[in-house]
Amino acid sequence: MPEPILELAGLTKVYPGGLRALDNVDLTIRKGEIFALLGPNGAGKTTLIGAVCGLVTPSSGSIRAFGHDLSGDWRQARKRIGLVPQELATDMFEPVRRAVAFSRGLFGLPPNPARIEEILRSLSLWDKRDERIMALSGGMKRRVLIAKALAHEPDLLFLDEPTAGVDVELRKGMWQLIDQMRARGVTVILTTHYIEEAEEMADRVGVIRNGRLLMVDEKSAMMARLGRTEAHITLAEPLAAIPPALAQFPIEIEQGGLGLCYRGGDGTGKGKEEVAALTKALTFAGIDYTGIDVRESSLEDIFVSVLGEDAVPHETTSESEPV
Amino acid sequence: MHFSVRSAWSIFIREIMRALRTVFQSIIAPVLTTSLYFIVFGAAIGARMPDLGGVDYGAFIIPGLLMLTLLGETTSNASFGIYMPRFTGTIYELLSAPVGVGETLAGFVGAAAVKSLILAAIILLTARLFVDYSIAHPVLAVIYIVLVAASFSLFGFILGVWADNFEKLGIIPLLFLTPLTFLGGTFYSIDMLPEPWDTIALFNPIVYLVSGLRWTFYGSADVDIWISFAITLGFLATCIAIIATIFKTGWRLRA
Ligand SMILES: Nc1ncnc2c1ncn2[C@@H]1O[C@H](COP(=O)(O)OP(=O)(O)OP(=O)(O)O)[C@@H](O)[C@H]1O
Ligand SMILES: [Mg+2]
Repeated sequence: MPEPILELAGLTKVYPGGLRALDNVDLTIRKGEIFALLGPNGAGKTTLIGAVCGLVTPSSGSIRAFGHDLSGDWRQARKRIGLVPQELATDMFEPVRRAVAFSRGLFGLPPNPARIEEILRSLSLWDKRDERIMALSGGMKRRVLIAKALAHEPDLLFLDEPTAGVDVELRKGMWQLIDQMRARGVTVILTTHYIEEAEEMADRVGVIRNGRLLMVDEKSAMMARLGRTEAHITLAEPLAAIPPALAQFPIEIEQGGLGLCYRGGDGTGKGKEEVAALTKALTFAGIDYTGIDVRESSLEDIFVSVLGEDAVPHETTSESEPV
Repeated sequence: MHFSVRSAWSIFIREIMRALRTVFQSIIAPVLTTSLYFIVFGAAIGARMPDLGGVDYGAFIIPGLLMLTLLGETTSNASFGIYMPRFTGTIYELLSAPVGVGETLAGFVGAAAVKSLILAAIILLTARLFVDYSIAHPVLAVIYIVLVAASFSLFGFILGVWADNFEKLGIIPLLFLTPLTFLGGTFYSIDMLPEPWDTIALFNPIVYLVSGLRWTFYGSADVDIWISFAITLGFLATCIAIIATIFKTGWRLRA
């Protein structure tokens, strides 16, 4: 297993007023991975990031980054951590390039115009380099914040909802950027409401709710463990009972005998194979059918099953299929 | 103790750049107010005033006037410098960076202090247009102005961290600083006050600041110069201690 880059142990944050935003969170992030933190509004995602980045004082628990304990040796760790906040907060009067150069200097690095140019170009901001930030669109402003976070070449990057308010094309661009980060060996921790996004990019996914980390797993393992294939087969003639020849399949009769429903598999494609076998068995048994609808469950379905239906943020249900 | 010169310098330059955006206003305002004070107090009223401690009234009010503008501007400059990032959320960058109290103070307070020194120079040059004066102890005067500018930049910084709305930000200068400065011997010598007000005046810390600066200008003042220096240094040290505590606990900075 690659070395841990960030280790949270028993991390708890109780805000003044008593709200428990983080509840005994244990989490280890490995070097070079892309980790997606998923959870509904108010789950504690931003608080978790804030605790690591020095914006939130933890109530208890410990944070180690790059082997440094943050309560003591925070400077060494902070130098290597970048943060793109959820809110668009930056000096709006400042020109883009100067804002990015400032961030680099703030982290104690010598000026490097070539590196700044490279970052601005990779974010398609080079043409806007001398523009005041307030004259940019929302998506561009967000990219300026990303450029600022990359200016000191961090090894660990936090992206708090990097694609909120970003159009489809830019979102794809963001994914590419994260791929570039991955290629450079940068560890990325991102939060998102778009499950599609976690599914697309993350190596591992953590699901958080009410400050508790409910589940952390490899994306593929999570999908294998909780993933399902669902197939609906429309029959030509109604069926009264499942014939013994098909008893080996996990199927049920639906629509008063006019349909068969298959639920099985494990998210690795095994379900599809089984559906194919099922159709052959149907033909062999002389049962005619007029349609098949096969669907693999997505991370979103898993999310729903872990959190319960009402927990899925609106963005995901209404925008899970953009374009 | 760690100190990153680059980090501090970045903050300092950015603060200076921010000030340059409003440079016209920053110059024209003190020139205008100083001129007004000199026309009213120096020319109109001063002509009917006797010399104070051997100093012509027009010249006598220069240190007080300088202090009046310096305290107000420095405090509001420094308090806005840190309040605005808190208000707009841009403070996240500072908090997430490997910078501590040293770099932050050197950057924010250093910039506020430099702005104040430029302001002081502008006021003194404007005063020249109205009154002929000479400074008895120029080196001490500069040191004293630097000390006061640094102290009130720190004070403004504390104010900007403490305030959680614009009203609180404005209320301290309005309710405390301005009255205390006006009552602090800006336009008069405190021995012109009748008993018991001359004794009460000695509880006003601004009296010592104005008096100290006046001493560096004319070699005589209401209170001993060393008492003035000691009080200024004491104020400076208190502000530093408060700010160190703020950073250590994260009070009003971190959630
Ligand atoms: N400064 C604060 N003071 C008090 N409570 C806070 C503060 N910041 C956040 N909270 C509360 O802590 C909880 C977690 O908030 P947090 O911002 O971490 O959620 P989140 O998972 O990032 O949500 P979202 O998806 O909406 O960004 C919320 O109930 C929120 O109201
Ligand atoms: Mg959040």
